[in-house]
Amino acid sequence: MFYREAGDFKTSYVDDNQTFPIKFDRYRYYAVLAVAFGVVPFFINDYWANAVLLPFLIYAIAAIGLNILVGYCGQVSLGTGGFMAVGAYATYKLMTAFPDINIFFHIILAGGVTAIVGVLFGLPSLRIKGFYLAVATLAAQFFLVWLFNRVPWFYNYSASGQINAPERTVFGQAVTGPATEAWATYLFCLVFTVGCAILARNLTRGTVGRKWMSIRDMDIAAEIIGVNPLTAKMTAFAVSSFFIGIAGALFFAVYLGAVEVGEVYGINKSFLVLFMIIIGGLGSIFGSFAGAAFLVLLPVLLKNLLVGTMGWPTDLAAHFELMIVGALIIVFLIAEPHGLAQLWRVTKEKLRLWPFPH
Amino acid sequence: MKTKTLITAAAAAFMAAAPAMAELFIPSLTYRSGPYAANGIPTADGYADYLTLLNERDGGIGGEPINMVECETGYNTEKGVECYEALKGQGALVFHPWSTGITYQLIPKATADGIPVHSVGYGRTSAKNGEVFRWVFNYPANYWDGASIAIKHILDEEGGSLEGKKIALVYHNSAFGKEPIRTLEELGAMHGYELVLLPVDHPGQEQKSQWLQIRRERPDYTIMWGWGVMNQVAIQEAVNIRYPMDHFIGIWWSGSENDVKPAGEGADGYKALTFNGMEQDYPIFEDIQKYVVDKGLAAGAGDQIGTVLYMRGLYSALMTTEAIKKAQEIHGTAQVTPAMVRDGYEALDITQETYASLGLPGFGPDIKGSCQNHGGQGLGAVSQWNASEGKFTMVTDYIEANQDVIQPLIEADSMAYAEENGITPGCD
Repeated sequence: MFYREAGDFKTSYVDDNQTFPIKFDRYRYYAVLAVAFGVVPFFINDYWANAVLLPFLIYAIAAIGLNILVGYCGQVSLGTGGFMAVGAYATYKLMTAFPDINIFFHIILAGGVTAIVGVLFGLPSLRIKGFYLAVATLAAQFFLVWLFNRVPWFYNYSASGQINAPERTVFGQAVTGPATEAWATYLFCLVFTVGCAILARNLTRGTVGRKWMSIRDMDIAAEIIGVNPLTAKMTAFAVSSFFIGIAGALFFAVYLGAVEVGEVYGINKSFLVLFMIIIGGLGSIFGSFAGAAFLVLLPVLLKNLLVGTMGWPTDLAAHFELMIVGALIIVFLIAEPHGLAQLWRVTKEKLRLWPFPH
Repeated sequence: MKTKTLITAAAAAFMAAAPAMAELFIPSLTYRSGPYAANGIPTADGYADYLTLLNERDGGIGGEPINMVECETGYNTEKGVECYEALKGQGALVFHPWSTGITYQLIPKATADGIPVHSVGYGRTSAKNGEVFRWVFNYPANYWDGASIAIKHILDEEGGSLEGKKIALVYHNSAFGKEPIRTLEELGAMHGYELVLLPVDHPGQEQKSQWLQIRRERPDYTIMWGWGVMNQVAIQEAVNIRYPMDHFIGIWWSGSENDVKPAGEGADGYKALTFNGMEQDYPIFEDIQKYVVDKGLAAGAGDQIGTVLYMRGLYSALMTTEAIKKAQEIHGTAQVTPAMVRDGYEALDITQETYASLGLPGFGPDIKGSCQNHGGQGLGAVSQWNASEGKFTMVTDYIEANQDVIQPLIEADSMAYAEENGITPGCD
């Protein structure tokens, strides 16, 4: 009944090529956007913003970025945390060096800086593949964190080695610093998330994305049909790092406000984002969102359920939380190795035939 | 569909965890899990037990019962933020972040929200300047005091001169561990010792290279700024390279039973700073036994009572409740607000009589706060581990930190913060 092409006539190539060709899907997408932009800002409070929605939106950007590299181009990366740190420190340096320029542009620029760094660390991918590349990007992770801890210039010589986001405004409304409204930070991140998702979706549908996927599926064959592995891999690293840099910048400037590189952008972050795309679904933009939602919401939900509702001791709940999340990840991977995105696809197929499956 | 169900379920759970407004709502950010749990558990237990004791024995503070809620942070900043946002909505009176990282996180947030943050001997040192950090307190001493006290103790040991000596600092490579560097460098220029910096990355389970360097360079003294599993590993490594333990001095967060016991006999003689007493015969233990333990209300497993960090957790609760008492006195109401608690903190005046009346004679140094001084008098003592008796004992009296060196540093750092954040220093 739902998700049917029947009766949905397309009279131009533009119509035929749109992102959501099925009418129901399209309206659902508009409805989600309308709720996110038009309804949520009026009901959001500090708790929902800082504990749930900001981390979800920001991790979604990081997951989209990593998904481009791992899911679409097939280059395994464990350097996400380090690249997020590049984005964060780039914004910090830009924010403090050019306080008059709008924070919006600083965050875009920080993404650009991260793209350059990403390309630099992506160069080895031309020679090495698979696990060996994972180890090379792991080196990037450790090197970058060490660098930001070691060189005082990056943290403006502050005694603690921490970076703190000063207050910056967009249209007169503070989006960084302590005196922010929940709706302002939420909308600011939402704009970035939606923008990144649309950009990523369209990149992956076009020539660039097809080149990435051909490299992923078989690099020698791709080379034979005329795909330049150098440009394909380097663009994948650049675009991926650009998104991850934006995520890192937002994570520091809007969400946390003060950051200690070793703790916030450590190896754990790299793994977390990698788990997100594996659980969400490799090579799927929706999967990036689903994975981010799963790993951000589930721990908060479990905590509120176990401690808040059932009154368990906090330490027991914390340990159980790890076990439940871990067990669910294993269950998911066994039951559906292609992630939540595949579940979504299957659901759509089923809904199409519903209620007459035969 | 899966995600939607999840979100709906999440929404339902959040609603279920709706705030229960209580009389005196004091949250406790704890970490009973993760790499810092060995130190987090006793602190959290001490904090909780003291508040339970007040509830059971005195019916709370000034007749108002205390409602303490724990929130597990795992020493993780993101979880700390989640806890803060959740608890702030329920009307928290004061926050003890129990982590320097989370303290840095909360300083701007709590200042904007108007909730006092009390970082007991940790956190941002320059928060001592109350004119800039209006809502942040770090009684009874701060890290720069700690650095200065350690150097003073070494000076005493060495007969007053450190010319040509080499002192190593083994520190947690984070805001916490980096705090003392500036002071130690300043003091180094004054006393003529050479400072060797050895950072240890979070969580600190791997320290072979640092201790190899110590073995090679043979520093005359080693100072440690560690927490959690890092302490145990460092002390074990020091024992392994046969470093003279009485020349190894930890900050007050690196000197608990849980840190030295794994190294066994070898850790005998290890020194650590402290700002509270560690006697085993305070009269308060009888009350804790009677009102808390015997009633089955002891926090955690109840096996930490009397340990160094338990006492420090208890001390933190003591300062907080004294501040609330003061606030009740000043404002003439038992039902205080966070703003009143801040006034109570600024008027904090804990003397030896106060300690004695609370069943803890000689427990800590006198503390007198003001709007300008949010950090107390900066007194600390040195304690030493006795492995055969299995306890820390104080080996010095309370030493006063070199405020001539520290005060200008605090002034400079807090003013830089004020300028960065557009704060006009002053009391309101």
